[in-house]
Amino acid sequence: MSHNKDGGGEKRLVSTRTMEIAVALILLLVAGIVIADSLRLGVRWREIEGPGAGYFPFYIGVLLAISSVVVLIRAAFDKSGTATNFVSKPAFRQVLAVLVPLIVYVAALSVIGIYIASAVYIALFMWYFGGYSPLKGAAIGAAISLSLFLMFEIWFLVPLPKGPVEEFFGF
Amino acid sequence: MEELSALWGGFIVVLNPFNLALMIVGILLGVVIGVLPGLGGANGVAILLPLTFSMPPTSAIIMLSCIYWGALFGGAITSILFNIPGEPWSVATTFDGHPMAQQGKADEALTAAFTSSFVGALVAVIVITFLAPVVAKFALKFGPAELFAVQFLTFASFIGMGKGSPFKTLASMTLGFALASVGLDTVTGQLRMTFGTAELLTGFKFLTAVIGLFGIGEILASMETGLSFAGTHARLRLNAVIETWKKLPAYWATSIRSCIIGCWMGITPGGATPASFMSYGIAKRFSKNGERFGKGELEGVVAPETAAHAAGTSALLPMLTLGIPGSPTAAVLLGGLLIWGLQPGPLLFVEQKDFVWGLIASMYLGNLAGLVIVLTCVPLFAAILRIPFSIVAPAILVICAVGAYTVNNAMFDVWMMVMFGIVGYVFNKLGYPLPPLVLALVLGDMAESSFRQSMLLSQGSLTIFWSNELVGGIMTLGALLLSWPVIAWVLDKFREAKPA
Repeated sequence: MSHNKDGGGEKRLVSTRTMEIAVALILLLVAGIVIADSLRLGVRWREIEGPGAGYFPFYIGVLLAISSVVVLIRAAFDKSGTATNFVSKPAFRQVLAVLVPLIVYVAALSVIGIYIASAVYIALFMWYFGGYSPLKGAAIGAAISLSLFLMFEIWFLVPLPKGPVEEFFGF
Repeated sequence: MEELSALWGGFIVVLNPFNLALMIVGILLGVVIGVLPGLGGANGVAILLPLTFSMPPTSAIIMLSCIYWGALFGGAITSILFNIPGEPWSVATTFDGHPMAQQGKADEALTAAFTSSFVGALVAVIVITFLAPVVAKFALKFGPAELFAVQFLTFASFIGMGKGSPFKTLASMTLGFALASVGLDTVTGQLRMTFGTAELLTGFKFLTAVIGLFGIGEILASMETGLSFAGTHARLRLNAVIETWKKLPAYWATSIRSCIIGCWMGITPGGATPASFMSYGIAKRFSKNGERFGKGELEGVVAPETAAHAAGTSALLPMLTLGIPGSPTAAVLLGGLLIWGLQPGPLLFVEQKDFVWGLIASMYLGNLAGLVIVLTCVPLFAAILRIPFSIVAPAILVICAVGAYTVNNAMFDVWMMVMFGIVGYVFNKLGYPLPPLVLALVLGDMAESSFRQSMLLSQGSLTIFWSNELVGGIMTLGALLLSWPVIAWVLDKFREAKPA
C-alpha cells in the first residue's frame, strides 16, 4: 500500500481522494466532448450508409460517462481516500525533475535537432541524478546520440529532426 | 506423404551457403529493427525490401522472412527490459515480463519469451505444412460478423478478470475506444473529434500511446521511489537458459492452449494482437497462479508470446493460399511477391513449388536459427539492466522520443507521448488499468468497422451475431467469459450454502 509507504510523516501534497475526483471529472469532460461531437456527426441510421459516423462513439461516450460518474460518486462519499497521500512533496519534486526537463527537451527537439538535444539531455540527467562528472555525461550522451545517428540516418535512412549543426555537416 | 517430400525439396533449396548466410544476416537485422523503437516488423521489411530486388525470389523471401523472425524476437527484448512494447502484440508480454525484469529475473523472462515464440511459430509452421488447403477454405468463411465476434471475445476474455474497480476498467477501455475513433472516419469520410486540427486527422497512434503510457509512465513512477531499479542488482547467470527450460514444461497446458488460440486467430484474420491478449486473459483465468499474474509470473510471459507468434506465423498462410494478408507484415511481404512477379493464390502451390516450399522450409530453419542466436545473447541483453539507472533512464526517454517521432514523422506525436506519459503515471497510481485502454486503442478501429459492416449486412439487427453456428458460438463464449465473475460469485455462494 502506498498509504503505509509515503503517507504518515512525510509532507502531503495532494490526497488520493482529491486526485480521484479530479480524474473522474476530466474523464466526464472527455465523455461530454465525445458525446457532443458524435451528436454533431449523427448517431442515427442512414438510409444507404447504415449507422452514422457518430453511432459507435456515441455509445462509447455514454459508457465512459456512466463509469466516470460512478467513480466520482464513490470517491466523493468514500472519505478514506482523504487520509491517503497521492504523492508526497519530495517524491513529486523528483517526478518534476524528470518531467520538466523532458518537456524542455521535446521543445528543443524541433529547434536544435534530436541528436544535440539528446546528448545534452542525457548529460544533464546523468550529472543531476547520477552524480557523474559533466565530462563523463557529455561523453556518454554524445556516444548514444552518435549511434542513433548512424543507425537511423545512415543505415535505415529514417530522417529524424535535425538542426543547424547537422546542416553544417551537410545533412 | 506428398507434403513431406515437397518439404524435403524445400530444405534442399534453402540449404546452400548463400541462403544460410542471408538467413543469419536477416535475423540479426531483424533483432536490431525489433529493438529500435518505431521500426517494427512491417516497417523493417518495407525498408529492406529494395535490398532484395537483385536477389532470386527464393533467397529474397528467405531473407525477408528471417528479418521478420528477428523483429519478432527483438520486440520481446524491449518489452521485458524497459516496459516499451515495440509492436501491438508485445503489449501483453510486458504485463509479467517487465515485473520479472524488475525483480532481477530478466534472463528468465527473455528465455521464456524466446522459447515460447519459437514453440508457437513452430506449431504454426507445422499447421501450414500439412493443412494449407483445408485451412485456407476456412479463412474464407470469415465475414464481418465473425470478425466482430472474435474481437468481442478478445475483450471479454480480458476484461472480466480485472482486480480493481470494474468501473475503472470500463472507463479505461472506453477512453481507449474514444481515442481510437478520433480522426477520419473510413466509412463516411467525416472527421471525428479533430476540432479543426490537422494533426488529429490520422488519429491517435497506438505506438505513441504505448510508448507514453508504458515507457514514460514507468520512468516517472520509478523516479518517485528514488532511483532504485532492482534489475540492476541481478546476478549475471550464464546458465539461466537451462534453468528456465527446466521450469517451462510445467506450463504445457498453457502452451497448447496458446498455440491453438494463436493458430486459429492467425488463420482467421483475427491477428496476433487479439491472440496475445486473449491468450493472456485465458491463461490468467485458468492458471493456478492466476491472481499472481501481472506481478512477474513466468506463465504470463509464455501465454502471450506463444499465441502472438503462432498467429503471426499462421497469418502467412492465407497470404500464400488466398492472397489475403493476415498481418501488416504479411501485407508487405505480399507486395514483395507481386514485385517479383509471383501471383499469390492457390496456383502458387502448383506453379511455384520451389518458391513456396523453399519459404516453408526457411520458416523452420529461420525460426530455429533465430532461437539459437537470441538465446546465446540472453546474458548480454540481461546485462543491459546492470547499467546504472541514471544512464539508462535518460537513454530510454530519448529512445521513446525517437520512437514517437518516427510513427508519423511529426513532433505532434512526441508531445502526445509526453501527455500519455503523465496519463499513464496518474492512472497507475489511481488503479485505472492500462491494458484495456491499449487494447481498445489497437482494436477500436477494427472492431468498429466490423461492427458497422455487420450492421449494414443485417440492416441494423443484432441477430446477425447469432445467425450461424460459428459466429453464434464465438459470441456466446464471449458473453460467458464476460459474465464469468458473476457466475463464479453465484457458484461460490451455492457451494458455501450446501455444506453448512
